[in-house]
Amino acid sequence: MKTENRIDTLFRNKQKNVLSIYFTAGYPKLEDTVPVMEAIEAGGADIIEVGMPFSDPVADGPTIQESNKIALDNGMSLKKLFAQLAEMRKTVSLPVILMGYLNPIIQFGVEKFCQKCQEVGVDGLILPDLPMQQFLDEFKEVFSRFGLRNTFLISPQTSDERIKAIDEHSDSFIYMVSSHSITGAKSGITQEQERYFERVGQLGIQNPRLIGFGISDHESFTKASKHAHGAIIGSAFIKVLNNASPESLNNDIGIFIKGIKNGEYDYTSKA
Amino acid sequence: MKIEIDKNGFYGKFGGAYIPEMLYPNIEELRDSYLGIIEDEDFQKKFYDLLKDYVGRPTPLYFAARLSEKYKAKIYLKREDLCHTGAHKVNNTIGQILLAQKLGKKRIIAETGAGQHGVATATVCALMGMECTVYMGEVDMERQKPNVERMKLLGATVVPATSGSKTLKDATNEAMRQWINNPVDTHYIIGSVVGPHPYPEMVAKFQSVISAEIKKQLQEKEGRENPDIVIACVGGGSNAAGAFYHYYNTPGVRLVAAEAAGLGVSSGKSAATTALGKLGILHGSRTLLMQTEDGQVVEPHSISAGLDYPGIGPVHAHLFDVGRGEFVAVEDKDAMKAGVELSKLEGIIPAIESAHALHALNQIEYKPDDVIVINLSGRGDKDLETYIKWGEY
Repeated sequence: MKTENRIDTLFRNKQKNVLSIYFTAGYPKLEDTVPVMEAIEAGGADIIEVGMPFSDPVADGPTIQESNKIALDNGMSLKKLFAQLAEMRKTVSLPVILMGYLNPIIQFGVEKFCQKCQEVGVDGLILPDLPMQQFLDEFKEVFSRFGLRNTFLISPQTSDERIKAIDEHSDSFIYMVSSHSITGAKSGITQEQERYFERVGQLGIQNPRLIGFGISDHESFTKASKHAHGAIIGSAFIKVLNNASPESLNNDIGIFIKGIKNGEYDYTSKA
Repeated sequence: MKIEIDKNGFYGKFGGAYIPEMLYPNIEELRDSYLGIIEDEDFQKKFYDLLKDYVGRPTPLYFAARLSEKYKAKIYLKREDLCHTGAHKVNNTIGQILLAQKLGKKRIIAETGAGQHGVATATVCALMGMECTVYMGEVDMERQKPNVERMKLLGATVVPATSGSKTLKDATNEAMRQWINNPVDTHYIIGSVVGPHPYPEMVAKFQSVISAEIKKQLQEKEGRENPDIVIACVGGGSNAAGAFYHYYNTPGVRLVAAEAAGLGVSSGKSAATTALGKLGILHGSRTLLMQTEDGQVVEPHSISAGLDYPGIGPVHAHLFDVGRGEFVAVEDKDAMKAGVELSKLEGIIPAIESAHALHALNQIEYKPDDVIVINLSGRGDKDLETYIKWGEY
């Protein structure tokens, strides 16, 4: 039996309107990682996804590609990231998930990476280029040894049968990619997407579900939350970071997150 | 050790399919159906008829007398440069477009570096009346302008990849992103033995016509199917995979792969993956990869755009790993000299990619009576500007 971690606690206490916010570590400035996390928590989000920048992010659209590039140019690396996160649990209590691509982790050393995650208080991982079979064959044992939960993605193309298999091997939440798309590619939620959300909703899967990709404002967040436990916002949040000045960063993050939740935010003026 | 792919798509410890879930259905469909489709009799007939009547196969296995005299060996050139569109790339695009039709796909996307694969893809799309979009690094579009125009003339849309180093790897990233965005009606024709399983093996199979022909032609000319040495250049490695394929498990045949050393292996401006790469994952497969200590992919350099790739096909990583392949790193200047030399000695202007394979003759040991086959993967017309800039001829 696994010991409960922050992800379990969150979903035990909250089944609706869970808001997960993604941003890229070391962006907009190298040392912004932990301050941005603190501001996300203060703003009222429920999960923090910290992007580990990579030179070749194939599942990401232009906004996150650009934030990856800037973070790398700023000097971000996994070594640097773990140094920054070393003290985060003094100020951040939300579940923290690292999201990124496999190659930097392999180079860092998978076991050492997992050990570091546990040491600094990371709860889980989202690795878009780690499919289920490879996870089971190569990564599951070490992730679980260090108490790390793995989140799988599913898309409108994923068969019911495969969704059920993924559900069976999940111990976190299921990341429902909202459409055929890379991140930030489309905005808003169509009827076709709602039918997909409903189809998945009726499969009776065990794990909580969060909807991501193309969620950018109060309206899309609310719609997505109707069909799942909540939603994930990445590109739209990166745009807020991009547009903020160093002085306004904290405040802008708070306003954005409150706006996602209560609808009182004028996105057009910021994004 | 037998060189072959296992059921999970690995050659030894290299290969696999590390892809975002959004592409899983496409990759699964290909993996489960490609062998059945391409081994079907009707498919084979269509494929070989097109290779014969449209591509101009078999390509000659030409005994290069003056080159042989100079290097004191029996040197044959496998003339892939005489294929329609000017390089071996079309062998694969013919195969994949027939496959795409069988899968009911309506659109084709492709990445290209030097533009040879893009041209070969645009060509078969014109032939079959299919919509074609080719992603090409902005830097490569600049240095391979004639190929950009050829693709447009053939009816393709060429989209610049503007991220990262703006070369082949970035074009591949962009093509993968667009496939994620259009998974249902689109087939992605990958141009080399890279990418997620089953691409590396599938592309190698289409290219294996090269070594199948070599065996037959060498039998006619030398009374033996097997040369002592086969030499080919390797970027991703599709022409090498094709030239080596039927010799992988014939130990008496030495397999020599010429990588691009750029300005020198330790110059920081190189694309010599086996010399510089470490185990990593890029574009869906686990292979040797040029990368920083932090696991960021480095921007490779070669004078030839077709070898300018930071990884290497997983089968080649495996050949290197188990010692079945001999890898040599050929510098820009040496490749250029070899290209000029072949032009003067044999009246054949090679692609600069292929010139790397030619120069390997100077970098390996062999016996005077050895039969050596060099895969002349492409012709040098597209490189005229680079030859002119080089100037030493």
